[in-house]
Amino acid sequence: MLDKIIPEIGHFALILALLMATLQATVPLAGAATRRPLWMAFARPMASGQFLFLLLAYLCLTASFMIDDFSVAYVANNSNSMLPWYYKFSAVWGSHEGSVLLWSLLMGGWGFAVSRFSAQLPRDMLARVLGVMGWVSVGFILFILITSNPFERLLPDVPQDGADLNPLLQDFGLIIHPPMLYMGYVGFSVVFAFAIAALLGGRLDAAWTRWARPWTNIAWAFLTVGIALGSWWAYYELGWGGWWFWDPVENASLLPWLAGTALMHSLAVTEKRGSFKSWTVLLAIITFSLSLLGTFLVRSGVLTSVHAFANDPARGTFILVLLGLTVGLSLLIFALRAPRVSHIVGFSWLSRDALLLANNILLVIMTVTVLLGTVYPLLLDALGMGKISVGPPYFNTLFVPLTVLLCIVMGLGPVARWKRMPGRELFRRLVWAGLGALVLAAVLPLLYTGEWNLWVSLGLATALWLVLSLMRDLTDKLRNASSPGAGLRRLTPAYWGMWLGHLGLAVTIVGVTVVSHYNVERNVRMAPGDSVEVAGYTFTMQELRERRGPNFIADTATIAVSQAGEHAFTMHPEKRLYLARGMPMTDVALRPGLLRDLYVAMGEDLGDGAWALRIQYKPFVRWLWLGGLLMALGGIVAVVDRRYRRVRETAAQARFEEAQA
Amino acid sequence: MNAKRKQRLYLILGLVVLAAIAVGLTLYSLSSNINLFFSPAQIASGEAPQDRQIRAGGMVKAGSVHRDSESLDVSFVVTDYESDLEVRYSGILPDLFREGQGVVVVGELNGSGLLRADQVLAKHDENYMPPEVAEALKGKMPTGTIDE
Repeated sequence: MLDKIIPEIGHFALILALLMATLQATVPLAGAATRRPLWMAFARPMASGQFLFLLLAYLCLTASFMIDDFSVAYVANNSNSMLPWYYKFSAVWGSHEGSVLLWSLLMGGWGFAVSRFSAQLPRDMLARVLGVMGWVSVGFILFILITSNPFERLLPDVPQDGADLNPLLQDFGLIIHPPMLYMGYVGFSVVFAFAIAALLGGRLDAAWTRWARPWTNIAWAFLTVGIALGSWWAYYELGWGGWWFWDPVENASLLPWLAGTALMHSLAVTEKRGSFKSWTVLLAIITFSLSLLGTFLVRSGVLTSVHAFANDPARGTFILVLLGLTVGLSLLIFALRAPRVSHIVGFSWLSRDALLLANNILLVIMTVTVLLGTVYPLLLDALGMGKISVGPPYFNTLFVPLTVLLCIVMGLGPVARWKRMPGRELFRRLVWAGLGALVLAAVLPLLYTGEWNLWVSLGLATALWLVLSLMRDLTDKLRNASSPGAGLRRLTPAYWGMWLGHLGLAVTIVGVTVVSHYNVERNVRMAPGDSVEVAGYTFTMQELRERRGPNFIADTATIAVSQAGEHAFTMHPEKRLYLARGMPMTDVALRPGLLRDLYVAMGEDLGDGAWALRIQYKPFVRWLWLGGLLMALGGIVAVVDRRYRRVRETAAQARFEEAQA
Repeated sequence: MNAKRKQRLYLILGLVVLAAIAVGLTLYSLSSNINLFFSPAQIASGEAPQDRQIRAGGMVKAGSVHRDSESLDVSFVVTDYESDLEVRYSGILPDLFREGQGVVVVGELNGSGLLRADQVLAKHDENYMPPEVAEALKGKMPTGTIDE
């Protein structure tokens, strides 16, 4: 009998979580304002309780999927008894209601993590941070309960079977892409909460930035991985081989990433030098607001894409109000509490401070550029001024030069010293890196294809400049130590994090440059026995046959691929028809490699046993995502830096001793 | 002017120059990369520009899809039940492209009112109707309603 009321248990748990979030949002903040330790002490247990009940609600929804309880509308719409169990598991966040529940669960998880790992925080600071996070939770849990309840029942007419998960989402990419992305989105709520707490407490010193930096890095790393996974998923799942479309939904995830990147750097300046204080707070607010804007764009149905599940206007309105309240209130607090006269920490024009300022300006310009291109069509439409779309060329013309500028600064930044750096020394240390990058970039395209290409050279020069200047900096650091070993030991994880992060961007730039210019795509008509040559590989269709999968039937082609002097192999692209929805899907055959991917997708049946095939040669495409992973790794490595941990250890020690006594 | 003021002046000048460049580039690329949406009826009445990339959309007319037997060329008619628009395309149509379904095409009109498409977009979900198409069809649909 218990299994019949699982959805009700979940629903009830969600309501309890809302109550706890409400307490977490109000009592500790009031306590911090009136200096009542007991009230402030509410924050941690409420954060734990909220997380616990969100987890319970989430598990109840998962259980409903696992036992095929089609009386739950959400399960009936997004699952099917034939769906493999792992897709039932991931179908929980396959559509609107469940993905908002996952959002809230992760929000609760971040709050829980903050309450566990912030023993070194002053009591009132912790109370305020968790209080602010509580407000965000209240907003989202209310959103679920009022507009998007995943536990709604279809009674008494329970469907025989479910409508199945959208076949596009029946894929490993979907299992991990949304949770990673959400971890990033939601994770920025932590630094946002820290910033608001610092404003409320009137403590805009360097301390809050030190506490907030590890959280920001981790959130940023998750977002980076999430974006890279999304790009990878689009690449192999949509059947077009595109890895970035400047689609509004992709832009929605790029916006907080760009602002978050600027934030990480300005946090560094504030922590190290005590400058950019107000700016850092503002960036923290902007970054989280952009995360919310991304959620709004994707969840409200104003955009049209695979992500736009919901078209219920109430949902869009709710998130818009939530977004407006968050942005409005936090900017109000900022305006009231930001330090009027900040003391100016001077720095010279050539210094790490100045270069990081340039980094921030460029990243903000990039953010505004993407924001404009994404929101402008929506605004015009909302104002009834016509339907337009902004094409990829807009983004490319703006993004490429800005990235090049950003990378020039990035090469200088790590080498330059804080406060001031003599231009002559900077020049002496980097002149070879600069010349080397230019010469190599000019020569490499010639070696690779025998033809010179200005754009490839520009891209490679940018990437090489980053790599060579990083190398130069590393060797200088090792040479200045007594021995290379001692030099290595002296390098901090924070340094390695920066090093890896910047290297990752260089790797991504190489990938983007090469695959954009040397990609070969052929759309061909093929019947069994036909051959076609693409980029030096011969593709021969050997046979076409039908195959039955668990919940689909498929036309499968066997394509033999050979290259002069290389072992031949076969590839098996498929065109599937998913039975429950009658929806066709392309299953791409991929031959991945570090230096190139071969990509075969079945287009359409042309009759007479012939099919339209899309065959692509994609050089260096893996580097795109490899670079993303390196960047994320950099973000994580920087977190283990001892300067964040030291305080924590002593605090833990103190607690331990307290418990002993 | 003391050194500090001078420094700040340079900072402000630098920011203004950067912002001007950014705004200039943005306006330039926005103006050359905006694709307006037109319905077949608007195109028939001559509202849409020629030789400039536009978006058009409607339903794929039943029985209008013709594939060339040798190449990947395909032609079809997009209709809003008021006017028809002939579209030529070369390449692979999306999985969910079907007769009687809503599509959006991106391409250029030539002199004879024929649209050469560079891109054909059908949506990822079988129930889904591109909003522009829904708008263009409002009140023209022969049976049933589109905004269910």
